[in-house]
Amino acid sequence: MTTIGYYPGCSLHGTGRELDMSIRAVAEVAGVILTEIDDWNCCGASAAHSLNHNLAVALPYRNLALAEEQGLTEVLAPCAACFSRLKGTTVRLRRSDALLETMRGITEHDYHGTVRILSMIDFGSRLLDEGLAEKLTAPLDGLKVAPYYGCLLARGEEIVEGYDAEQPTGMDAALEAAGCEIVPWNFAVECCGGGFSMSLTEAVVDLSNAILTDAEEAGADALVTSCPMCHSNLDMRQRTINEAGLGPHNLPILYLSEVLGLAAGLQPERLGLDRHFVDAMRVAERSA
Amino acid sequence: MTKTGKPTLADEIREATGVDVAECYQCGKCSAGCPMARYMDMGPSQIMRLVQIGTDEARRRLLASTALWSCVGCLTCTQRCPKDLDPAAVIDALREMANREGTVPHDQKRILKFHEAFLKNVEYAGRMSEVPLTGLYKMTSGDLFSDVLLAPVMLAKGKLPLVPRVIRGRKEIRRIFKACLRKEDE
Amino acid sequence: MARVGVFICHCGENIGRTVDCPAVAEAAGRLPGVVESVDYKYMCSDPGQQMIKDAIKEKKLTGVVVAACSPRMHEPTFRRAAAEAGLNPFLLEMANIREHCSWVHEDREQATAKAVDLVRVMVEKVKRNAELNPIRVPVEPTALVIGGGIAGIQAALDVANGGKKVVLVEKSPSLGGHMARLSETFPTLDCSQCILTPRMVEVAAHPNIELLTYSEVTNVDGFVGNFEVTIKQKARYVDPDTCTGCGACYQKCPVKKIPSEFDAALGSRTAIYTPFPQAVPNKPVIDAEHCLMLTKGKCGLCEKVCPTGAINYEDTDREVTRKVGAIIVATGFQLWDHSAYGEYGAGKLADVIDGFQFERLLSASGPTGGEVRRPSDGQVPQTVVFIQCCGSRDPKRGVEYCSKICCMYTAKHAMLYRHKVHDGRAVVFYMDVRAGGKGYDEFVRRAIEADGAEYVRGRVSRIYRRADGKLIVRGADTLAALPVTIEADLVVLADAIVPQTRSAELAQMLGIAYDMNGFYSEAHPKLRPVETATAGVFLAGACQSPKDIPDSVAQASAAASKALGLFSNPELEREPIIARVNETTCVHCRACINACPYTAIDDYDITDRNGNVIRTVARVNEGLCQGCGTCVAVCRSNSIDLDGFTDEQVLAEIATLE
Repeated sequence: MTTIGYYPGCSLHGTGRELDMSIRAVAEVAGVILTEIDDWNCCGASAAHSLNHNLAVALPYRNLALAEEQGLTEVLAPCAACFSRLKGTTVRLRRSDALLETMRGITEHDYHGTVRILSMIDFGSRLLDEGLAEKLTAPLDGLKVAPYYGCLLARGEEIVEGYDAEQPTGMDAALEAAGCEIVPWNFAVECCGGGFSMSLTEAVVDLSNAILTDAEEAGADALVTSCPMCHSNLDMRQRTINEAGLGPHNLPILYLSEVLGLAAGLQPERLGLDRHFVDAMRVAERSA
Repeated sequence: MTKTGKPTLADEIREATGVDVAECYQCGKCSAGCPMARYMDMGPSQIMRLVQIGTDEARRRLLASTALWSCVGCLTCTQRCPKDLDPAAVIDALREMANREGTVPHDQKRILKFHEAFLKNVEYAGRMSEVPLTGLYKMTSGDLFSDVLLAPVMLAKGKLPLVPRVIRGRKEIRRIFKACLRKEDE
Repeated sequence: MARVGVFICHCGENIGRTVDCPAVAEAAGRLPGVVESVDYKYMCSDPGQQMIKDAIKEKKLTGVVVAACSPRMHEPTFRRAAAEAGLNPFLLEMANIREHCSWVHEDREQATAKAVDLVRVMVEKVKRNAELNPIRVPVEPTALVIGGGIAGIQAALDVANGGKKVVLVEKSPSLGGHMARLSETFPTLDCSQCILTPRMVEVAAHPNIELLTYSEVTNVDGFVGNFEVTIKQKARYVDPDTCTGCGACYQKCPVKKIPSEFDAALGSRTAIYTPFPQAVPNKPVIDAEHCLMLTKGKCGLCEKVCPTGAINYEDTDREVTRKVGAIIVATGFQLWDHSAYGEYGAGKLADVIDGFQFERLLSASGPTGGEVRRPSDGQVPQTVVFIQCCGSRDPKRGVEYCSKICCMYTAKHAMLYRHKVHDGRAVVFYMDVRAGGKGYDEFVRRAIEADGAEYVRGRVSRIYRRADGKLIVRGADTLAALPVTIEADLVVLADAIVPQTRSAELAQMLGIAYDMNGFYSEAHPKLRPVETATAGVFLAGACQSPKDIPDSVAQASAAASKALGLFSNPELEREPIIARVNETTCVHCRACINACPYTAIDDYDITDRNGNVIRTVARVNEGLCQGCGTCVAVCRSNSIDLDGFTDEQVLAEIATLE
């Protein structure tokens, strides 16, 4: 049984609840044990790097040190922002001994660079390798999906591994294994508006509207994402977008883990599909 | 370095980010791809240009610009820069300076308040929770009523935990915050 | 008895400021064997040289040491002077007290002492120098020109018109290169084929030019004046002597959908084909990979309709060899592959095309008969976006350099599009406009002011195809500080100019150098732009660096003049610094033969009167040996020495310093 460290991130018990639920569910099916980092802290997301460059490294650093101390060599960070901050920090620490020293001083933890951070996309491929592929007994009957990577899963040469940052294919194997049909579309790496949901809502409305429109024009039945922030902007804010006179949209926004969970024959409620703002339960009817 | 030995703005930015703005040849690809361009008074390439110029007037315009606050951190500029530079990091550094020197434009204060509310929440509890974050943000920004109708829906879907999360290592986190803020003043 | 003359040069202030030249002359005068020792401000000047010549005659000198600059500067000058005074030039040596002394030291006392040492060393060498005589090799007054584009054509014509023979090798079935594919050329908007085809015909008709098309160079042996080149003539399956070029065969060929290389894959050709109607020679070839007869044994229509019986399915590749004295490389360039830019569609968008493809759309002889129609649906585009610097000036994912010609041809494209589609919109995204040639800047201004091309300063971040078929181009106007989005029908990318795919392979064959971008290296970037570091091999055109037609033609003529200069003497003089084997002590271990980088050493049989082989030894080919000394170093029996740098001479130099 493989053990992988788990860094849920702040949103996974709140707005990103479905992501946490579906990840745990599919991990169990694949026989992968997820070990949550004990007493992990917030990675700092956008706020830390926006206001204090030391904090932006120190907060992720503590998590890396804790993971290492707890014997975890691989850690899944499902939120794209957390992933980008944590993995980005491992890269920065590798490049600069001076930075490592500074962080050691600030946090009073001693990290030795042994932890590898996985994104949801890395994790999806991993689950397939670990035996999930054989367990996808209820494929989604050609559900047309637009795979959406957003920004942070498609930026940075040392961060994005295994697929091209402009024409990404990282989710393809998992989606196809789940029986989906991938539609070619244009907005796979366009920004959804990120952390501006409350502080600059009109930006989220603008940008997320464009993403939904393109996915619909490409003929997608659903959009698949791997980031709870993007999910929130595209799902929770879909109503706001419609109310602003744009769209109207009615596109279910799914997590990659939810798609895999459905294809594995799991109950949609167990995956959190009943908690979406835009009805996602209708997708569950597609799995055989 | 100027002849007087005083560091230029470009020197400050290089020190903070490792980016040497002299390498920017102003191609504009960053400004062309910026998704937030319409919310900004200048694009990333103009920001790089003003750092290159580095006069007092240039510095004043930079630190008072709205662009620093409307940057969403999508990293599209950094990803596509043909000279392998990092405009996003330059913007981060300028934002820190603007905040420290108190030159945030009035209409951008909401964004600053959101970041501050977020960090206050993390400083206190070690993790961010929706209720304290939203509450603190709305109180400090004065934006009291938007999205109010979302709250009951979120609650019903189990996405609005009412009990804020705190970690055992909160004191550690507070120490880390203090140390980082102290370093700011150094 | 040695009678050595020492001449110390001040080189103005270059040496004189740091080295006390009179003191050096004074010290040198006291060395054993030195009978004359003087210093002078400028030894290389006429009076300076006269001093040396006079001293040689009056003092009956047996050797001369000139202490001055690097031998690379003036050794030929001083050796010529010595020869004119009747002294064998190889009895003159230079001591470098400039680059090796005054230019790298500051302390006058120490520099002067070092200069004295340097002079001492060379005096001891020159006392042991032997008279050497230049080696003469015959020159074959024929030039090989590799490449039949405009540069190759010009070079071939210039050599041929200079009265010497040329072998012109071109790998495609016709002459013309890239210039034949253009519609009109800047800055005159001349019809490209109209100005090119007369030259092509002239080449084919010229009595001094042997034209080998559909051929490639496969091996080059030898050295300047004496190259032996192997050329593979690919099987044409059509006898060029019987074929009249009537065209009946390709009109009947049933295999019609092969993407045409000439039309940049926008049009098609048949399996038996000429690349374009004005091809020279106007004789078709059969593409063996697509011909039904050659792949499956079926069809045979072309043979049936050919009125002269020129088709020959049994044809094979042929190898010929030619002796030439000079080689001019004019192999041209290709365009960078823009599929590396995922943000521009990764090469998969049909309506995002490159410059050559747009030329074919503009061309009257092109796949759309000269009407600008977009590849996806044949519609006439109402908005065309032109993007400069696609791949150029991009150290991260493209090439670092500027491709020089794109600003001009983009202005031309915008202009020609506007001429053809009067109410069409041409938008050019640029970083800079590089228009430095004669009439060039005026040309670009004309595109903007007279023909209404819209120039926007800013690189494009992204291109994608919206569901309605429009290409969304996300750019920026950095001068106005505004984002700019254009809904285009067609996008033309000015892809970077890069070397041909197999250019490195050819360079290895020729023994010439290429730079880190793959372009062939000139001998000196300022003063020797058409020579390579390899004697007898010259460069012309874009294979050396991106350039336009006027520059390519100029360079081709320059290369031709170098070849003609080489041919102006029936013999070539080679420096006699070569290795020599002592056949008495050579044990034929062959270490030298294996070590020689120039394959200049062979086995040599020593025979008796009756022709029986007594012993085999190594022998150096005087024509090929470059005097590098590698064989001298590896010889275990100490049987090889280097004329001009013998072990005795070099060891004496070292011993003098101890």
